[in-house]
Amino acid sequence: MMTHDAMTATEQPSAQGRLDFRRKTRGTIPRGLAFLAVMVVFALLTIILGSIILGGFGTISWEFITHPPEQGMEAGGIFPAIFGTVALVFLMIIAAVPVGVFTAIYLQEYTRPDSLGTRLIRVAVNNLAGVPSIVFGLFGLGFFIAFIGGGIDAVFFPAQGPVWGQPAIIWAALTLALLTLPVVIVSTEEALRTIPRELKEASLALGGTKLQTIRRITIPQATPGILTGAILAVSRGAGEVAPIMFTGAAYYLPYLPTKLNDQFMELGYHIYVMATQSPDVEATKPILYGTVLVLMILTVALNSVAILIRSRMRKRRVQV
Amino acid sequence: MFLFRKNKRRPISFNNSLVPGLTPPHTSGGSSLQALLLFRIENSNMKRLAFKPKSKFRESLGAKFIALNAFIALIAILLIFVFIFKEALPIFSDKDIRSEAGLDRMINKQVYYEGREAKWSWQPNSEVPKYSLYPLFLGTIKAALIAMLFAIPLGVGAAIYSAEFATPRFREIVKPIVELLAAIPSVVLGFFALMILATFLQDILGLPFRLNALNAGIALGLAVIPIVFTIAEDAMTSVPRSLRDAAVALGANPWQVSLTMVLPAAIPGISAGIVLGFGRAIGETMIVLMASGNAAIISASFLDSARTFSATIAAELAEVVFGDTHYTVLFFIGSLLFVLTFLINLSGDLILVRLKTRFQGKIK
Repeated sequence: MMTHDAMTATEQPSAQGRLDFRRKTRGTIPRGLAFLAVMVVFALLTIILGSIILGGFGTISWEFITHPPEQGMEAGGIFPAIFGTVALVFLMIIAAVPVGVFTAIYLQEYTRPDSLGTRLIRVAVNNLAGVPSIVFGLFGLGFFIAFIGGGIDAVFFPAQGPVWGQPAIIWAALTLALLTLPVVIVSTEEALRTIPRELKEASLALGGTKLQTIRRITIPQATPGILTGAILAVSRGAGEVAPIMFTGAAYYLPYLPTKLNDQFMELGYHIYVMATQSPDVEATKPILYGTVLVLMILTVALNSVAILIRSRMRKRRVQV
Repeated sequence: MFLFRKNKRRPISFNNSLVPGLTPPHTSGGSSLQALLLFRIENSNMKRLAFKPKSKFRESLGAKFIALNAFIALIAILLIFVFIFKEALPIFSDKDIRSEAGLDRMINKQVYYEGREAKWSWQPNSEVPKYSLYPLFLGTIKAALIAMLFAIPLGVGAAIYSAEFATPRFREIVKPIVELLAAIPSVVLGFFALMILATFLQDILGLPFRLNALNAGIALGLAVIPIVFTIAEDAMTSVPRSLRDAAVALGANPWQVSLTMVLPAAIPGISAGIVLGFGRAIGETMIVLMASGNAAIISASFLDSARTFSATIAAELAEVVFGDTHYTVLFFIGSLLFVLTFLINLSGDLILVRLKTRFQGKIK
């Protein structure tokens, strides 16, 4: 069609202006529609963020962040939920980051991309990322609590009630660690790919072994990527509710979790229960908005930092 | 220099000029010749590089440790498979559970009370527990469909603009902002739909109920948009330059290049984005749990309530008795979800892999 247009244009120079006009105007419609889509997404994001910020801004204060809830969640703060969330993602990161980083190193440094092991691991990682979060919750209940926890109880504490075979922060953290593992792996792998080959070769040429090269060259060079992965994992883990509903989160606890087999309060779960099961929605509304805003600030701020580090890393790759 | 100093475990090479006049022994055992050599270089700078027999062992141990970690993801996915299915297995093996919630009872219409007509019904807590999965299936598909209808135009449209029309500077703004949408936790999107969107929709549409499938579907769409956007955008930007150049050489305008060259070439990538987005919409829990009303009814209307597979598990698992029929059925639903999303994600990934090889010119 285009060649045809061009040919008629050369044969009839008088039609050139009309043709140019047609080409230009025809382009504005798809372009305009695409631009509209961008603007709608921007508008939706603004509405979501704006309504939450406006609704929650008045509630947030030093007292709100540092005090426990009072009067059946209608007053007081959300300190136990913040503490529980931080403790949860901390445990999660301890479990997920080393495994994720080593997996990425194995995939990038130790195997060829077309080997069977690599392909299996890749399929597993991709699908782990796609498993619905509620299925992770079921798995946490069936595997960590009933199988591992129940097993520990049967062997070490046969006379008592459940010690480890019950919902607990460690089981919730391990469930979340599996959920966020792909995030760490993908982000570390991306960083490993940006490391110039020459650096690794220089290390090997100077007599460094493979392990030494990984420890002294590869991992330090990949630190921004590992950091990005860890931050994204924290942000993702802090926002997930479905996997921890049955594996350890509690709506209200009079104490903070101090042992690995304690239950805990969590921001996302707090929001869910307050929003859906509160006897008096109007009375808890300010606290609810405040809690949502705290969770939003936590996750969005962490994500922005990760995006920033990643875009810097990508620019570095272009220069090398 | 820095590398040299830290490098403690590597044997020095014996055939270099530091030790003249000696043929290199290639064995690494502690022979007397080696002892002599070590003595001779004792006071030189090379001393700290002397051979330590631990090296090889540590090297292979490290490699094994790394490999072990790498297989955790694989083991995890297998364990998830095994443990979800194990809990669902009594549906087929246990006689009592099978009579109450066998495959026939979950799929086909049932007569629950004498004299009444047969119907599909999900009422696990009633006098006569009813475990028909059909209302849940309908609810899941309905919510996911609305989400896709909402997310595809916006996600693909924004991707086209970002990849094709936006100036590089504007693109640097568009991409992170759309990706920011992915950073919003699903419980927050659910909260937004429950408190704000539901009221808005009820006002403009004049609905009798606040919570319905449309409300949940739109909120679900918000979670799907970034997935569709990111994958579609990647597909379009990875279309080889040669294709664009060819179109330009034939006299195409920028928009003609986009619509007649880049877009058709990137269609597999865009559809992969849509497929993966659909996988997310099927499995997403908190949004539908909070925003859809959760009534397990048989209705195709977008303005009626919907109860999805995932929301059913989330809402009911806390109340069930470990190992009873209801518990088993919920794990069976979990297995369904797992298999369904596994297949959806696998097909999405396969499309992406094929697209990649095609753009690299490896396809015959």
